[in-house]
Amino acid sequence: MSACSSIETKLTQELEPSHLEVINESYLHNVEPGKESHVRIVIVSQKFKNLNLVKRHQLIYKQIDNELEGPIHAISLHTFTDSEWKERNETAQESPDCLGGMKTEET
Amino acid sequence: MTILDELDEQVKANPILLYMKGSPEAPQCGFSSKASQILIACGKPFSFVDILSNPQIRANLPEYSDWPTFPQLFVNGELVGGSDILSELHESGELQKIIDEVDIKD
Repeated sequence: MSACSSIETKLTQELEPSHLEVINESYLHNVEPGKESHVRIVIVSQKFKNLNLVKRHQLIYKQIDNELEGPIHAISLHTFTDSEWKERNETAQESPDCLGGMKTEET
Repeated sequence: MTILDELDEQVKANPILLYMKGSPEAPQCGFSSKASQILIACGKPFSFVDILSNPQIRANLPEYSDWPTFPQLFVNGELVGGSDILSELHESGELQKIIDEVDIKD
C-alpha cells in the first residue's frame, strides 16, 4: 500500500473525518517521479473541537508516525472542525513552493 | 546536562525562537522560508537555529517538543507550531498578537 493510502485509512479510522484529502504533492518538488516525499493533508473532523492547532497536529502525527519515518520528507497539515471548514468556504491554504533543499540535504 | 536539558534552556532563554532549515536570509526549504517570512512580517527581532548545521538538535528537538517536523516556532518557551499553523495564525491576526505580547529585554 502506498504511504498516502495508508495515511488515508488510518485517519479515516481514527478521526472519522467528514472531509479528507491526502495529496501526494511530490511532483512539485525536487525528487524523482513516483516518490511520496511531500504530502498535503486537509482534514475536517469534529474530533478537533476544543483542541488548539498544535494539539490537532500532534494528534495526526501520532496516527501516522510509521509513515513519517518512511518515505515522507515533508507534510502539510490543514485541520478544521465542520463549522471552521464552512466558514472558510471549504478551502485550505496552498503549500509553499519548494526551494529544492532536499537535494542539498541528501548530498 | 543532557541534550534535552540544553534544548529546554535554549527554548526558555530565547523569547522568540525559530528552529528552521537554513537561515531567514537563505532558507533551505519552502516551509522554513514561509515561517521566517511570516515572523519577519510580525516586526520583532527573533532568534533562529539552523537545524541543518546542528544535527544533534535536529535529531532531538522532535522528542522534546513532541513534534516531528521543521520548522518549529517557540514563543516564551511554548511551541506555537510549524509553518502551516504559523500561516493560519498569521492570517487570522493571532500570531501578531502573540508576538506583540512578547517582552524582549535588551
